[in-house]
Amino acid sequence: MKNIISIKNLCKTYNTGHEALKNINLDIKEGEILALLGPNGAGKTTLISTICGLVSPSSGKITVDGFDIIKNYRETRSRIGLVPQELSIAAFDKVFETLSFSRGLFGKKPNKGYIEQLLKDLSLFDKKDNELRALSGGMKRRVLIGKALSHEPRILFLDEPTAGVDVELRKDMWKIIDRLRKSGVTIILTTHYIEEAEEIADRVGVISGGKLLLIEEKKDLMQKMGQKQLIIELKKSISSIPESLTSYDLSLSNNGLFLSYRYDTRGERTGITTLMKAINNSELELKDIQTKQSSLEDIFVNLVKESA
Amino acid sequence: MNIQAVKVIYQHEMMRTWNTIFQSIASPVLSTSLYFIVFGSAIGSRMQSIDGVPYGSFIVPGLVMLTLLTQSIANASFGIFFPKFSGTIYEVMSAPLSHFEILLGYVGAAATKSFIIGGIILATSGFFVDLQILHPVWMISFLILTCISFSLFGFIIGLWADNFEKLQLIPLLVITPLVFLGGSFYSVDMLPAFWQKVTLFNPVVYLISGFRWSFFGISDVSVGMSLAMILLFLAICLAIVAWMFKTGYRLKS
Ligand SMILES: Nc1ncnc2c1ncn2[C@@H]1O[C@H](COP(=O)(O)OP(=O)(O)OP(=O)(O)O)[C@@H](O)[C@H]1O
Ligand SMILES: [Mg+2]
Repeated sequence: MKNIISIKNLCKTYNTGHEALKNINLDIKEGEILALLGPNGAGKTTLISTICGLVSPSSGKITVDGFDIIKNYRETRSRIGLVPQELSIAAFDKVFETLSFSRGLFGKKPNKGYIEQLLKDLSLFDKKDNELRALSGGMKRRVLIGKALSHEPRILFLDEPTAGVDVELRKDMWKIIDRLRKSGVTIILTTHYIEEAEEIADRVGVISGGKLLLIEEKKDLMQKMGQKQLIIELKKSISSIPESLTSYDLSLSNNGLFLSYRYDTRGERTGITTLMKAINNSELELKDIQTKQSSLEDIFVNLVKESA
Repeated sequence: MNIQAVKVIYQHEMMRTWNTIFQSIASPVLSTSLYFIVFGSAIGSRMQSIDGVPYGSFIVPGLVMLTLLTQSIANASFGIFFPKFSGTIYEVMSAPLSHFEILLGYVGAAATKSFIIGGIILATSGFFVDLQILHPVWMISFLILTCISFSLFGFIIGLWADNFEKLQLIPLLVITPLVFLGGSFYSVDMLPAFWQKVTLFNPVVYLISGFRWSFFGISDVSVGMSLAMILLFLAICLAIVAWMFKTGYRLKS
């Protein structure tokens, strides 16, 4: 598949001296859904804003559909729709008007039918003559999505689309995204939640501290996410792992009281049964057993450790 | 050129005016009428005519300028400050729009609005005093140039201001004194010699003088000088705006 966005050696240092993006290299494929995961302050919004022309890159090069975002900004920007993280809206504008305004801003001729259909798709049609300030937060977010789609972009950026959104709207949103993807729109969204990425993304990128730590097909990442840890607490501390258990991939805590075992819940066999049998046959006396799912945080921590 | 964008920005700004039509027009009309009643009729009836022009008529160009300047600055500064303040400016900044097109939309709308208000003030003054306009083409030209250059100035203030206080500061602290001391209500040669010199550093003197000349054919400074000063002011404002856009001043980080 062809790359629709290509980012090369992108760095951004804000006036404050803060290095928000550190040498980002990323190719985004046409038609894919890419989820960018990362903790607060990771640089997700900065990355998106830079591609959209809201933040000037300190160095590096970005092309959209082969056009340079600075030299050919008209070409690149007209292909992009942006739903910002903040709910910034002109409070006194009306729903239909504000979508038409956005369409015009991006250089498209008025098209009443298209905007009306868009409003219907977003379940906003009955609100089309309402002032934006009279809408609920979730509806305002829909309006922002509508504004971003008003000029029929080929690339859609959604910066934390599900912040402050209820289950119903989230489902609607996934439906809309699905429809857009089918029509060939490339979608890039940011989120804090791995489940969200799991639900809809084709590829997942993890950003932390301004670095792109990982970019992988979702299924590969999910494999890693499927890892669980079995923690066995012993009654008496031991100095080393007993002979009979060395064939298992066990690790012993420093105080000799905990044994931990990593396994993959999605694997054909987890090895738990045989491990438990072996423990049973050994002299070890157990105090407690618990299991832990490796969380997104764990992955972050591991990745950050690895990259440091 | 992204004509559609200029059009929607212009319309959006004009719509804002239309939605607040009463405030937009009532307040300048009311304040000008008060000036006419107080200065034109009450005090003016006891004043001598200046250079053969009755005092009530003499103050008309100055009053129109006073309104024009304050309106241009207020409209243009608010027009850009508000989206910046509410965050909606992100959309304009991420649109396929050149800086010039952004200016054309915002400043064009602000200038249009003050031009209309200028016309209304002029018509209002017709109710109070006899007006003659010797050079109508020049009059309109001065009007348009002033609307554009001071709307640009307002746009700069709107970009610069990062709170509502600053937005009010310049008009209140700088423009009002300059207009009052700029010969709106008197002829510069009525001042003591020293202050006549000082007053020449006030750019508004040139505006009002030139504008008054287009009405009555009398002026404090030469018309060419007036025109040159307005154009100089316009050029300076354009340069500042260009610099602000280029550096992304308070719009882009
Ligand atoms: N305009 C700015 N000036 C200076 N520093 C900034 C600016 N915008 C963002 N930053 C800093 O850059 C870093 C990255 O911010 P960014 O908004 O890109 O993070 P994010 O990944 O979107 O976080 P979140 O999940 O909270 O939205 C943060 O440390 C932030 O404080
Ligand atoms: Mg963010």
